[in-house]
Formats: sequence, C-alpha cells, structure tokens
Amino acid sequence: MKETKKYWKGLEQLQKTPEFEKFANKEFAQELPLGDSDGETSRRDFLKVMGFGVAAASLAACETPIKKAIPFVKKPVNVDPTIPNYFASTYISGSDQASVVVKTREGRPIKIEGNKLSSVTGGGISAQIEASVLSLYDQERLKGPIFKGKAVSWEEIDDRIKSELSAASGPIYLITNSISSPSTIKVIEAFKNKYTSLVHVIYDQNSASGQLDANLAVFGKRVLPSYDYSKAKTIVSFGYDFLGTGVNHSLTNKQFAESRRLSASKKEMSRLYSFESILSLTGANADYRTPIRSSEQGAYICGLYNIIAKETGGQVMDGLPSIENKNLLKAASDLLYAKGSSIVLSGSNDASIQMFANAINVMLGNIGSTINFNRHQNVRLGDDKAFSQFVNQLPSASGVIFYNCNPVYDHPLGSKIAASLKEINFSIATTDRMDETSSLVSYLAPDHHYLESWNDFEPVHAKYSLSQPAISNLFNTRQVQDSLLSWSDMEVNYYDFLRTHWSENLAPFGKNSTLDFEFFWEQCLHDGVYEPEIAAVREADIDLSVLGKASFNISKPSSFLELVIYENGTVGNGIQSNNPWLQEMSDPITKACWDNYLTVSPKQVKEWGIELGDMTTQMVNLTVNGNSLKLPVLPQPGQKYGTIGLAIGYGRSISGKVGNQVGVNAYPMINVDEGGRLDFNIRSGVTVEPTNEEYAIAQTQTHHTFMGRGNVIQEATLSEYLKDPQAGRHMPKIATSEGFKKPSAVSLWKGHQYANHHWGLMVDLNSCTGCGTCSIACQTENNISVIGKKEVLNRRDMAWIRIDRYYSSDSNGDSYADMEIAAENPEVTFQPMMCQHCNNASCETVCPVAATTHSSEGLNQMTYNRCIGTRYCANNCPYKVRRFNWFKFHDNEQFGDNLAMNNDLGKMVLNPDVTVRSRGVIEKCSFCVQRIQSGKLEAKKEGRRPVDGEITTACASSCPSEALVFGDMKDPKSRISKMLQIRSMEKGVEAQEPRAYHVLEELREMPNVWYLTKIRNKDEKKEASNAHS
Amino acid sequence: MSKTYLPISNQGLKIARGLKIASIFFLGTLLISTAFSQEDAIDPKIIASGEKLYNANCTQCHAINEVVIGPALKGIEERRERPWLLSWIKNSQKMIQSGDEYAVALYEEYKKTAMPSYPFSDAEIISILEYIDVASKVVPQVAAVAEVGGENGTGVDNEVVSNTFVYAILIVFIFVLALILVVLGLVISLLTKYIGTNKKVSSVDKDLVADQQVHVFSFLKSNSFLGMIIFIFVAVGLKTGIDGLFTIGVQQGYMPTQPIAYSHELHAGQYEIDCNYCHTGVRKSKSANIPSANICMNCHVAIKTESKEIQKIYAAIDYDPETGEYGEEIKPIEWVRIHNLPDLAYFNHSQHVKVGGLECETCHGPIKEMEVVYQYSDLTMGWCINCHRETNVKSKGNNYYNNLVELHNEKNTKVPMKVEDIGGLECSKCHY
Repeated sequence: MKETKKYWKGLEQLQKTPEFEKFANKEFAQELPLGDSDGETSRRDFLKVMGFGVAAASLAACETPIKKAIPFVKKPVNVDPTIPNYFASTYISGSDQASVVVKTREGRPIKIEGNKLSSVTGGGISAQIEASVLSLYDQERLKGPIFKGKAVSWEEIDDRIKSELSAASGPIYLITNSISSPSTIKVIEAFKNKYTSLVHVIYDQNSASGQLDANLAVFGKRVLPSYDYSKAKTIVSFGYDFLGTGVNHSLTNKQFAESRRLSASKKEMSRLYSFESILSLTGANADYRTPIRSSEQGAYICGLYNIIAKETGGQVMDGLPSIENKNLLKAASDLLYAKGSSIVLSGSNDASIQMFANAINVMLGNIGSTINFNRHQNVRLGDDKAFSQFVNQLPSASGVIFYNCNPVYDHPLGSKIAASLKEINFSIATTDRMDETSSLVSYLAPDHHYLESWNDFEPVHAKYSLSQPAISNLFNTRQVQDSLLSWSDMEVNYYDFLRTHWSENLAPFGKNSTLDFEFFWEQCLHDGVYEPEIAAVREADIDLSVLGKASFNISKPSSFLELVIYENGTVGNGIQSNNPWLQEMSDPITKACWDNYLTVSPKQVKEWGIELGDMTTQMVNLTVNGNSLKLPVLPQPGQKYGTIGLAIGYGRSISGKVGNQVGVNAYPMINVDEGGRLDFNIRSGVTVEPTNEEYAIAQTQTHHTFMGRGNVIQEATLSEYLKDPQAGRHMPKIATSEGFKKPSAVSLWKGHQYANHHWGLMVDLNSCTGCGTCSIACQTENNISVIGKKEVLNRRDMAWIRIDRYYSSDSNGDSYADMEIAAENPEVTFQPMMCQHCNNASCETVCPVAATTHSSEGLNQMTYNRCIGTRYCANNCPYKVRRFNWFKFHDNEQFGDNLAMNNDLGKMVLNPDVTVRSRGVIEKCSFCVQRIQSGKLEAKKEGRRPVDGEITTACASSCPSEALVFGDMKDPKSRISKMLQIRSMEKGVEAQEPRAYHVLEELREMPNVWYLTKIRNKDEKKEASNAHS
Repeated sequence: MSKTYLPISNQGLKIARGLKIASIFFLGTLLISTAFSQEDAIDPKIIASGEKLYNANCTQCHAINEVVIGPALKGIEERRERPWLLSWIKNSQKMIQSGDEYAVALYEEYKKTAMPSYPFSDAEIISILEYIDVASKVVPQVAAVAEVGGENGTGVDNEVVSNTFVYAILIVFIFVLALILVVLGLVISLLTKYIGTNKKVSSVDKDLVADQQVHVFSFLKSNSFLGMIIFIFVAVGLKTGIDGLFTIGVQQGYMPTQPIAYSHELHAGQYEIDCNYCHTGVRKSKSANIPSANICMNCHVAIKTESKEIQKIYAAIDYDPETGEYGEEIKPIEWVRIHNLPDLAYFNHSQHVKVGGLECETCHGPIKEMEVVYQYSDLTMGWCINCHRETNVKSKGNNYYNNLVELHNEKNTKVPMKVEDIGGLECSKCHY
C-alpha cells in the first residue's frame, strides 16, 4: 500500500462522517420499504391485491383500443417516416454559437450533433448545445406577439410599434448580446437608417470587455484572437477556464486533447499551468495547479512578466506587485523553452492585467503562431462601459428594444434597468419566453428558436456558418430579423435578405451569375459552413508602451474574504435554465445538480463551524456591498482559502417551472466600478455569516464507492511513461496451482468467440477533460429520464454515462484521515463510467429471468420487457452502472420537471427508436444498440461491411476531445483496433497498447471498455511535502 | 385475369385446399408452359425481360384484358404496326403534336391523359410487345389460378397441407378406434347373452360373468377412476386457460372497418400493382408507410372519379374534380391501424424485405385476396422467433455476410446459415 494513491469520492468519504459510513456499503441508500411493521399481510392488503388482480385481468381481456394510423396527405419528397434527415445549422444562445448538424425524424429535430466540416468548432459540441433541442419544445415559450399582456396579431403589433418608433423624440436603445451574423448586422444598420435615434448597445453575460480593451491598446484590435492550443507546448492560465466555459468550448477541448494525446509515435504532450482561486475544469486538468487568491492574479502575472522580460530583453518594470512562487518560476522556464509555441491566458476582466498577459505573449513570440488575430473571434464583443452608460440614461430614453437578451436578470445592473422600465412606455422584447426583462416590457415580439430560423454567422473572421430551419415554427412567432425588417418598412423577408447579402458579398464569383450562386448556396446550406481562404495580413500593430500606465492599476493582493463569480458547465449563463437536462447534469467538479452554492475551501468551512452531513450542509448569509443572499455552502477541495466561489445562471424568477427558484442569482453580486467595468472577482465588502439552517445539495457522486482500489484509476507522469510505457499500470496476478497468472488467463467461463462484430469502447483518460457533454448526448439519444432534485438526493439518478471525478492525495498514511490536509490542492482525475459490456458479466449470471444477456457482438443486452425488477444485477455490478426506474417518470405529474416525457410538446424530442422505460425495470448503457443496428442495416442494404466510424455511440460522437473511441474490435483496420493494438486470444481479445487497462481487472469481468492510463506532464510525482504544507 | 376465377379458387380451397394445391400448381405450370411452347420462335429470355419491364413500367396504367387508365393491351400488335408503337412508346406527345390521327384520337378517347415517354431501346420495347403477345394468348382464368398456386401457395400452404393431413389421420384413427370399441362391446354383449342362454354353462360360471359386470360398474365409481376423470378435466381446463391467456393482446384476424373502403384484392390482386408503388418505405425504412393521398391521386385523378370512396380522397387532399385544382384545406385520412406491434419490439421492414428478400405475403398473408385487410399473422414473439429459426439468411450477393457464411460452412456445410445462427434470436436485435 505504500506507493499507491488513495482516491475518494467526496469529502464525506475522506472525513468518514457517520452518515457516509452508514451508506458506504449499501447498494441503495434508502431503506427498502419491505412489508409492514409487523411483517404480515393484512386482510385489507389482500383485498387490495385481489381487487387489482381482478381489474388487471379484466382489463387485459378487453379488446385493444383502436389505434389510428395517419399518413401524410401530400408527402414531402425528402421526408420518409422512420428515416432520419440531417440538416446543417447553427446553434446560437446569447453570444455563443456553433455549427451543428440537426437530426430530424418525421420532421422533428431530435438530436444535435457537431458539424464535422466546421473548423471553428472542430466538429465538437457542448452540453448546452446538445440540450438546446429540448428548449425548442419548451411549452413556456411565447405563443405569439403580446401587447401589454394581451395576445395581438403581428399586423397590429407592427402598426403600433412603427408609430411609436416614428414618434420617438429621444434615443431608442437596441440592446443585444454579441452578434456575429453579417446579415443581422446589416438588418440592424437598415433599422438604424430608418430610425436615426436608435443606439445599439452590446453586452455579454460573461463579459470580456477588459480583454477587448487590452487588445485594442496592445494590438490595435478590439477583438478576441483565435487560439491554437494544439500547437502549444506550454499553456499558462490565470483564472481563465478555457476548457470549461471559455469561448468556443468544443474547439479548445479538441485542440487541448490533441496536444495531450500520446501514442507509440507521439511521446510529447503539452503542459498546463493553472493559477486560480476556485477549482475549474481547466485547473482540474492542469499539470501544475496553484490555488491563488483572486486579488493575487495581477501580482502573479506581473511577476511572470518581469521574469520573461528579463530573459527576452523586454522592459523590466520596477514597482510591480510580485509574488515568489515555485510553480510560477517553473512556468516561466517552460514558457521560455517553448517560445512561439505557448499561450498565456488570463480570465480577468481587468484591462491592465490583460495587457500584461498580452505583453508576455508578445515577448514569447506567440502572436501569429498560437494566437491569431487574422482570424479573430466575433464573440463576446460586449462593451461594459457603453452598457453602464445605457443603464444610466435609460430613464430619459424614448424606448428600448431588448433583442433576445435578458439584462434585468443577467446583468449586475438589472435591478436598475427594471426600475427604469416601469417608467418607459415604449419597450420591446424579442425573447422566446416571459422572463425577468420581457415581463416588464410593453411589446413582446417573440423570436423563433434557432432550429426554426434562417440566419448566418461569422463566429471567426471570414469563417461563415449558416442556420436553416429544421422545423417550421411551432408557435406564432416571427424571426427577430423579420420583425426589424418589417419595422424598417423593408418589403423583403429575412431569407431573401440573407441570400442577397450572400450573393452580393460572399459568393466567390460576382453578382451576375445567378446559376453559380444557386449552386454555391446549395453547397453552403448542405455543408452548413463556408470557410474561404483569406489573404494573410499583418497580425497586429504591437504597442507595449501602454504597460507603463497599466502598471499603476494592478491591484495589490488583499487579505479580505474574496468572492469569485464563475460560470459552470451545466446551465451556463442561465439562458437555458428552464432546460431540465442541464439542471440535472451534475457539475463536472462539484458533482452537484439543481443548485448553486458557495464553494468554500474545507478549512474555511471548518472555521465557520458548518456542520456537514451526507449531502447536507448549512446555509450562510452572504453579503456583498449591501446585497444579501442566503445560500448553502459546499466544501470544495482545491479552493483557495480566503476566496469563495458562486456560479451564475441560477436564481431565475421568471424562466419556466423547471428553472424558477433554482439556486440564487449571482449576477447582482458582480462588482461594477465607476467606469462601468464588470469585475467578477469581488475583493472587498464580502461577509459571510453562518446560520444553523440545514440544507441538502443533491450530488451524484457520493455513492457507488470503490475507494481505495488503485486498479480503478491508473496514472503516471510523463517522465515515468517515457521510461516505461506501462508506468502506472496496476497489474494484478492470480495465484493458481501453476503459479501466478494474468487474470484474463484464469477463467471459469469459456469466453466468447465473436464471428461478426466485436464492439468496444476506448476511453483515453488523458484526453478526457471531464466536461460532461457525453452525458447529455446520451440523455438525448437514449430517452433518459430527469428525476428531479428530490430523487437525486435519494441517489436514484438515471445517467447511463457518468463522469466520476476523483480527487487524489499523496499521503502515505493508510487511513483516510491522514490525507485531510492534502485535500487543499488535490490532483483531479475524470473517469467516464458506463456499462463495461463485460464478456464475463456478473449481472448476466444473477438475473433470475434472463433479462440481461450477452450478444454475439459483445454487447451486454438489457431487455426491459423481460425485467421484473429484482435489481440483483445492479447489486452484482462492480461498476455500479445499472439504473433502476423507481418510478414511472413519464406521463406522471409528480415528475413534471421531466419535460421530455410529460407533455405532448416535450415528447417530440424523444428518440423513437428507443423504448421509454416504465417503472420497475433496470436500464443501462446499451452501447447505443439502435445506432449499431441501423448502421449494420445500412451496410447490409448496400451489400457491404460497415465502414469504421460509420457506427458510433452518442457519447463518442459528441465528445469534443475525442477521448471516447467506439468501434469494431474485430475489424483490424478500425481506429479502436489500431489504437489499442487488439490481438485475438483464445478467450477474447487483448489490447497490446501498454497504457490500456480494464477497471477492476482482477475481477475478471473482461469488459469491452478499455481505459488508457492518465499521464500527467509532471517532472516528478506530487511531492508529499506539498501535501503537508 | 378476370374476377371469375375467384369463386373457383375459393371453392377449391374450401374443399380440400391442401390436396389440390399441388395439382393446381402442376396444372398451372403445365398450361403456362404449353402457352409458351406455342411461341417456339421467340426466346423465353426475351419474354421474361419483357415481362419484367412490363410489370415495372406499364401496369400502373395498363392491363392486358382491361382498360385501366390506358387501353387494354390485348392484341395491340394486331391493331397497330410495330414502328408506330415504337415511336408512340418512346414519345407519345410528339406523335400527338405531329397530328397523327390515331394518336390524337387515342388521346381524346382517354380523357387527354398523356402517356409518359419511356427511354427504352427498340429491343426492349419489342420484348415488351412480345410479352404482351404471349400474355394475350393465355386464357385468363387459368393463368389466374396458376398464380394462386404459384405465388401465394408455396410458403403458406405447405403448413395447411401438413395440418390437414394430421387432422385427417387423427379423425380416421378416432373413427377406427370407436368402431373397434363398438364391435368389442357388441362381441361382449353377444357372448354374455350366449352364456346366459347356454344351458351347458354351470351356474358358478354364470355368476362369475355376472360378477364381472358388477366389477365394471364399481370400477366406474372407484376413486382411481374418478381421480383420473378429475385429472383430465383439470388438465384440459388448465391447458385451455393458459392458451386463452396467451391470446390476450393477440389480434390475429383483426379486420377493422376503414374510413375508405380500399380493396387490396382489386389493386394488388386484380391490377397487380406492385406493393412498393404505394408502400414506398418498405424497401428503405423501418415503416412500410401507409400511402399518402397524393399517391392515390396518381391514378385516381382520372379513374373512378365518380366513386363515393374516391370522393373521400378528394376531400382529404382538397381536390376539385371539376376544375382539377388542389386547395389548401387538407384533412389527413385517419386509417385504423391493423398491425399493432408493441412499442417495445423494434421491427424494420427494409431489413426483412430488402435485405432478407422476404415476400410481403410471408407475414401479411394472401393480401392480394383481401377485400378488407386483416391481420394474418399473430405477431407474437414466438412467431417471430420461429421464423428466425427456420429462415435462411439471404447471404448470396451480399458482401456483409461473406465472412459469416465462410465460418458457418467450416462448421456445417449441409444446413444453410439461418437467421438464428448469426444472432437472430438475441434480445437486443429487437428490444432496445
């Protein structure tokens, strides 16, 4: 036990709380409601059962009800019932956008996949994009235009709005999030030309205003550059969560994973340093993570600046705040070593800090190599200053138009806007639902959902993405651009406007050739993207002289309690908070769902005297400069002592029945300084008063324990790996009469010989960043129920694929209590865990009714209609991946949050190829057998073998970092066979890739899921001394 | 190919369908072959290819003996010369425009419904004409009966044959046994009577005989006999009960009244419209698709426009037969679903029809004889499984199966590869 690391699921386990101990060894945490207290069946029970039996028997004997079959009257040419159609389109939510492919069945969008042709997203997707298809079928979307609370016609509302616009004497504000759409910008220009009093103000929930200002000062361009993480050898992030909630999540994850992937031919990987206050996904994936106070960020960056400046001949500045740190020195030497192929990032919204980060990148020669201004990003263009001016001048405005935005909720000055709106007679909102802002305006002109809209986007300079409707509008809504065009008295609809714009400005061959344009347009619509080559120009005019002035603004580290407002990877900025899939998705780090909470370092939690139980904690009163909130505390290892964290996106008051009153609203806590700049790091005026009020936070990870077994997570450092590719592998041996043998060599079972296919999944722990996109993809594909906070608290979550997050510690002590101190800054490992499709599956042998069986293609099959719900299989599964339907989650008012199964509109999102499970049956990952079957059928119809990559699971296809690889291990040419170097054996297959392992190998379950060891790019193992510092 | 054959075939099937099938089949084959043998000069291959082309392209509007949309084609070559026919089939519009008298008259006669142009080669058209010639000479009734035997009969009726035989044998057995019983009874009573009247028999022996009679009655009253009777009753009762339970939810024979009295017997049977023509999804998707009203309109824009049933289609698609224009007020036709496979079972038509090469009739029964469609098969899991056990995989010409066939043949060369052998009985093939 000396060298092995301990992994623990949560602090409860670490601290061995009595509640945890109580549940630790139980499969089901709740006592099972077996029998009455006296254990006898009463006469009444007998009569009940009897009555039910008679009723059921007579019901069953009844004639089956008549079912209707209603075909098309005029069948559209391309729509064939039961055959999915795929349309390229573009996701938009706030300022985030992504090229996607929409899968439709019978004309209904049912799943969103990444667009593999897009170089902007890299073909990936994120959880929020994946979940957006459910938002389309949200019943609480507005059903049509509304004037002062009354439904009106579009003609009427248009007439009224036009006369109001013409009559306006003062300025009319048009408030939007960042808009990258060239055609929309043109529409807004036309609108402005018509009504000259119009002022367009842009803001973003997650403002990058400070970075934009810094880029303008240093590079002369007020834009965010594109980053290429795949080229970076060293990445240093100061509180910027580029892997979690940064701009363009899918591409950053893909590129980062690419830089981390190891194989026999590629033995290099990037190194990530993170200096941050809260534990973010980026920090969790960092090789060297340093918890810092948020107020120390400036000092750290300046310290780094001076080291780099000294070595590269830059201007060393005196008098800068500076901090001595071992990791900072190490980062500096790595950066200097990787000149031109490194990236330094800061998440601060302080322009001065960002200028220093820019200067470091300039000195390292990263501009033009890993940081590209020629292909700048057209996202997060919001201007904090302009927006705060708008808020101040709103009371004197003639009118205001909120274009798909909700600043009353998602801007710290929201309450001020709300107060002013009551005074303004003329206000329009175009949001899709009644929300905090639109409930205060006089005119509601709801926009289509993006899946119902035409649009174009330019997320990255000269890389275009088209949006086309995948369904005609469900309600009497109208595309917002069409509204603006009609208010501008332009006799053109947006579709024609868009096409004209493309033919005149984007088509590569002149205006006159209409034939060519049709071809070009069809091609662009088909591909969804248009990415012409552009001539390279000079990246930027670099001016580092601004640093002198900026250096005075760098804040000194403070010693007060600090608050960091962050965005999490589930509900994000809160736009989609009425989406139950996102609400129930557990936060990648805290594993909590249906809530936000104060993340606090365990040391501080102890100091505050907060009593922690099993998923229970206590509430505190948080006061920030006068604003007060009552919220629960969640102890978070890795959090810097003295800094507390709070996520935005919660605490909606008007969003719909799912999202309302979930958590608290953190936006008002964001600090707005005199210049209007938003500061997400609040450095003073933060007080916390503990209360004795108990509160339960639903977490999906404190149960299903297999702690203390080093055979679950296997990891090594890069240097160890270079010496021995099998480093970190746990290789159990079984004692037999003939000596010690590999577990796979000793088996009671005959093994399986697969003649046709042998499906397998490979999980590269080195590539997995833990973002959780796969879990939402799985939920969409496989009709997985949402069960609500109460049932998650009862440990009944239904996820087929979960991401286990393990904190590690190097303590040599054998008891967990010894490792308590190490919890301050643990290493984090993410392990996607789904049904392992064991070849010697222990679930199969215990099922009394053979409801779970093995297929001739290596799948562990689950037959719902045969299952009688004994749950023996779940009990016997060492991976704890089987889920039991404790309730009927569909068509059940008690689970009204399960929108996809409880109303006719929501049900449109269900995948018709997958059964909706009823109460009393077990369910689990099927390796997306419906996709396998349909892929095989396509191949059979064409009389050929399936091509590798054609058949893949929802999780693997959604994974932005390509950590999951699915394929046929029988096919020697498949990607999985090559990556794992599969070799056929007498009793199955063996992977010869040295990093490949099975979780719990000694149990000889012989899974078809392989994991690759996690390799950290560290010089040495985490020092024990650090653990005790 | 007229309606008259139906009573004949029905009658035939009613009497002793099983026994007759073979002879009808034989007769049919014989007649067809004699019909063909009259055309010694023509290569049967040409006729076969002509038949294929004819069925694929012409049957939607033409029949040999009847007017459908276009004229009946019987003896077409006696009416028109070959060159005229060639150019007509290739481009009828051109001929009408060129003012060919016969062409214009034909066009007028058939309500100005133009025949589409077909890009066939001369050889192909000639093969069609040869086929029409041959088909014209076949006596309609016989050809039709032959078809019943030839197409519908084989797969389904073999079972009928074996079942009928078994029942016949059983009845004969029971009859013979009963006869033996009666004869034995008669013999016993005769002998008893003889003993009773015979003076030579001693009174002791007579008593013995009388005693035996008493024993029979007491046996009937004995516990063991009663027990046996009760056992039989309970066993039969249980069997009936369990069988009854197994039929719950099975809708075999379900024949609901449909909103439009559409006849498969007429369309698929008499006019031999290919199933694919209306059920467009059957070879490419999970669902075979109930045809949309616009498919009906392909023909019914011109045919039977006065019929009440057809008017229902017009109402659904908002078509005005007077003006020939379509409106916007469409109302979908609400057919009653006959085959209600439970949602928990996944069934894909294209897998069975396109890949497996099954005929529609294998599961849907004699659809070409159904005036009103009913559920022919019981659609139970046992029925599915049984077919998967018995059916050979159609692996020939499909590279997907190459390796599997090879492996199968290594082990077992005599029995062809069944669906069962490649995992056709596994749960997740149908349940997910």
